[in-house]
Amino acid sequence: MSKIHVSTIVNGDPVEFLANPRETLLDALRNQLDLTGTKEGCGTGDCGACSVVVDGTLVCSCLMLAAEANGKKVETIEGMAGEELHPLQRKFIEHAALQCGYCTPGILVAAKALLERNPDPTDTEVRYWLAGNLCRCTGYDKIIRAVQDAAAEMRGAA
Amino acid sequence: MRYHTPTSFADAAVIAAAATGTLRFLAGGTDVLVQMRAGVVQPDDLIDLKHIPGVDEIEQTPDGGWKIGIAVPGIVLGAHDALVRDWPGVVEGMNLVGSTQVQGRATLAGNLCNGSPAADSVPGLIAAGATVTVTGPNGSREVPVEQVPAGPGRTNLAKGEVVSRITLPPRGKNGGDCYLRFIPRTEMDIAVVGCAVSLRLDGDRIVEARVALGAVAPTVILSDAAAKAIIGTTLDDAALAALTKAAQAEAKPISDKRGTKEFRIEVAGVLARRAAKIAYDRAKGLTK
Ligand SMILES: Cc1cc2nc3c(=O)[nH]c(=O)nc-3n(C[C@H](O)[C@H](O)[C@H](O)COP(=O)(O)OP(=O)(O)OC[C@H]3O[C@@H](n4cnc5c(N)ncnc54)[C@H](O)[C@@H]3O)c2cc1C
Ligand code: FES
Ligand code: FES
Repeated sequence: MSKIHVSTIVNGDPVEFLANPRETLLDALRNQLDLTGTKEGCGTGDCGACSVVVDGTLVCSCLMLAAEANGKKVETIEGMAGEELHPLQRKFIEHAALQCGYCTPGILVAAKALLERNPDPTDTEVRYWLAGNLCRCTGYDKIIRAVQDAAAEMRGAA
Repeated sequence: MRYHTPTSFADAAVIAAAATGTLRFLAGGTDVLVQMRAGVVQPDDLIDLKHIPGVDEIEQTPDGGWKIGIAVPGIVLGAHDALVRDWPGVVEGMNLVGSTQVQGRATLAGNLCNGSPAADSVPGLIAAGATVTVTGPNGSREVPVEQVPAGPGRTNLAKGEVVSRITLPPRGKNGGDCYLRFIPRTEMDIAVVGCAVSLRLDGDRIVEARVALGAVAPTVILSDAAAKAIIGTTLDDAALAALTKAAQAEAKPISDKRGTKEFRIEVAGVLARRAAKIAYDRAKGLTK
């Protein structure tokens, strides 16, 4: 099986690696680039734990081949905090919007993508946007509250 | 597995025609990667169509129709205001597919060519009278969408053929369409029954109609009988009753874990009625 040369920008840094043709972007991020913040819950597009942003679009990295990332910009949870935590990250801690935390990176990445498109969503809009992010622990309510609180803070700051 | 990235449909068709083992095209990958992961399908050749120029474009034709590239994902269709104004039913069908993340990748062409009888965008395309351009090693032909599916997981495309474009006809005046599906949840589920209606009015009277039903037969079906039940009417109670009966007669579903045969037949009638009313109101300009 001949390997495919993949050249991408991950969280702002140019990255090159060799991918097996069947390798998913999720596996490449975790196993080749040591970016293990992106999680695998199902591997089949149902849980959203593997959410990343590719060229500005929120996708499941388990449903994309690493080879398809060639020439694209990939943003993962590792790129979310700067010197300080992103408001969403801080609000998730304040509201205890996580328990085991396995779903959290995917939900944070997805929620950030939502607030960039829609800084003032309704609760229903948040719930529909995050319908592809499963959480087995929290019951979702605290997640919605944390997202809304972060949105309010980010609107205030803007 | 060989991963190909042709830059023209002609090249894609040549690679596909020469393939001797299991072959898949890669549009959004939201079916293909799931099937690879599950071990259901292990392609020997995978042809990624996204390097072909124009596949991510939506373009209005001079006559007012629409040409949609085969790699345009659901989220882009949903954000295209002019297309949504013309064909809300087509777009709402596609936008029901999966989550936000799936919408970022999933395409109309993939939904159609995956061949699921429950594919959510297919009834809307059929009701709209959409066609696809099919390109093979010897050139291209235009095929009505209803002639593409052959059965669960199968299409009528010949070896070496690939869908190279989707075309929606001009919406024209006084038209409206709608797609509804029934699922036991509110999101992230597979249609138990789906129904799309597209119609045109002259005053209050329906002069053209197409009705398509999903998940009640081995393929999505176009029902002439259901369309006839409302053509020439003002969608009054008698017409709605005739439509219900015709849609139910056309439904030949199976019983499975998501619904019994009897339930699906019942729901086919209910959705046909509701979709027709919404399409009618849209044609009148009463709702979006
Ligand atoms: C979590 C999840 C939820 C989902 N929910 C729904 C749902 O609610 N409703 C629904 O209908 N579907 C659903 N799906 C299925 C899937 O997302 C859709 O069928 C989608 O539209 C497939 O498009 P794609 O571009 O990803 O196809 P791909 O996976 O790229 O391709 C699918 C098939 O079509 C063939 N193909 C692709 N493009 C062409 C072409 N141009 N010419 C010829 N053949 C081609 C491929 O060979 C393959 O067999 C869901 C999937 C996931 C993972
Ligand atoms: S791991 Fe990708 S959606 Fe679950
Ligand atoms: S916190 Fe455990 S899955 Fe969400």
